[in-house]
Amino acid sequence: MSKNTKFFTTIYNIFIMMFFYSPIALVMVYSFNSSKGFEWTGFTTNWYVELFNDELIMSSLLNTLLLAAIASVFSTILGTLAALGVYSLKSKKLKTTIKTVTNIPLLSPEIVTGVSLMLLFTAARISTGWVSLIIAHISFCVPSVFLSILPKLRQINRDMYSAALDLGCNTRQAFTKVIIPEILPGILTGFLMALTYSIDDFIISYFTAGNLQTLSITIYSMTRRRISPKINALSTLMFLLVFIILLISNVYAIRKERAKEIKISQNLKNSI
Amino acid sequence: MINLKAKWAAGPYIVWMILFTIIPMLMILYYAFTDNNGAFTFENMVSAWDYVPTLIRSIWLALIATVICLIMAFPFAYSISRKPMSKQKMFVMLVMLPMWMNFLLRTHALAQLFEDNGIINTVLQSIGIGRIQMMGTEFAVVVGMVYNFLPFMILPLYSIMTKIDQSLVESAHDLGANNIQVLFKILIPLSVPGIVSGITMVFVPAVSTFVISKFLGGTDFYLIGDAIEAQILGNSYNLHTGSATSLILMVIVIITMLIFSRIDTEEVEETLA
Repeated sequence: MSKNTKFFTTIYNIFIMMFFYSPIALVMVYSFNSSKGFEWTGFTTNWYVELFNDELIMSSLLNTLLLAAIASVFSTILGTLAALGVYSLKSKKLKTTIKTVTNIPLLSPEIVTGVSLMLLFTAARISTGWVSLIIAHISFCVPSVFLSILPKLRQINRDMYSAALDLGCNTRQAFTKVIIPEILPGILTGFLMALTYSIDDFIISYFTAGNLQTLSITIYSMTRRRISPKINALSTLMFLLVFIILLISNVYAIRKERAKEIKISQNLKNSI
Repeated sequence: MINLKAKWAAGPYIVWMILFTIIPMLMILYYAFTDNNGAFTFENMVSAWDYVPTLIRSIWLALIATVICLIMAFPFAYSISRKPMSKQKMFVMLVMLPMWMNFLLRTHALAQLFEDNGIINTVLQSIGIGRIQMMGTEFAVVVGMVYNFLPFMILPLYSIMTKIDQSLVESAHDLGANNIQVLFKILIPLSVPGIVSGITMVFVPAVSTFVISKFLGGTDFYLIGDAIEAQILGNSYNLHTGSATSLILMVIVIITMLIFSRIDTEEVEETLA
């Protein structure tokens, strides 16, 4: 790359990053602003105090966490079973059908999924609230769990499984000692995906929650057409939380990679 | 293939998907073509027809947002895919970070920039241009869509572009191709799978949104998502027209997917692999 292009690329990348981060940075600054308006009138941490004293926000946060825990555990169990079952199926036709149906919640607009579930709950007279929300959340989480485990099953070396059987394992032992450890990373990824989808969801919850308040629903009712400094404080905290989680996982991944590189180079030296 | 003899384990999932994915979708069909007494009618589709201008507006704005996302994401994704691994990871993290923050909070943050007495207008006024009304305009809504969905364009583009061999670009240059030729003969054709999935991942949430139009468009700004929301939960409550409108939206999305599924992405992926 010539010097000129390099310069323009850097400027352009900085522009993209500013586009992403300037609204967030602004919100962080506003969260410490003593007035409700946009003019800076002095530093305060009052909005944070008010945030933690806001019973509605705190109870809806609790609801969100509880819902995410229940939905992701159920989705993980259901999705893991599904992956094992579909893997064992012999009929190609049935397999493709199941995969097609799995794609429906992933591809259709969330609002349509929300409306469709809401119609079902109305028609079946399932009262909206915890039950409907849990069902809805499992429904949009379980396909991702299923899809993150299935490829792991396909990657298992069949010789390992037969070796376990040859060495005296019964099928149950071979299953717990070979299959489960091999698909465990997929199960974990699926679980984490389900957890984040559930915590993050607004649209489907909005149509199926009834009077139950999740954090997203509370944020929606508080921010619709007006600006709330309390929400700015909440945004700042959420951003920092996500930042720390991503940073830790990234540092961990980079360290692991470095360790691998060092090991390879040492092996090389030894072999020379 | 290992014989796990665990066919039964697919049972609960099949039952679940029938009950809570297939039946709900059929419910939309049923409600769209029946009246309050359950009799067959085309009435709902006729009343949903009134929303065609709204639908066209939604498709138009979502299309503009998708094109802007593609134009913004392409050079950015390419430049990070050419960086050393550790820098790539850092940039991917920086793109994912806002994506992991709650969608409503992100839109709320953007709304504060656009307020009549917000920071953009303050700056504009101080440099002598004067205040511009941004809240409630199509401009604000499109920027809102781009802001929220740009990562969905960057990430698939980036992941396909990391597979493009740098020597391919270099040899094209050596053989006398200029930058534009390299772009149209190598980079774009080899990025097609990423472009296709990026476009669907941006267009589908953009065309069906009601949050962005509510937060940035104000009271009079109506997209097809707002229409559905008002019919299902809001002040024009009517589950039947709501279902008919949802059905129309779903058809639009399916048509989009069909158009893009005709593009052969497998060939490119095989070449790259």
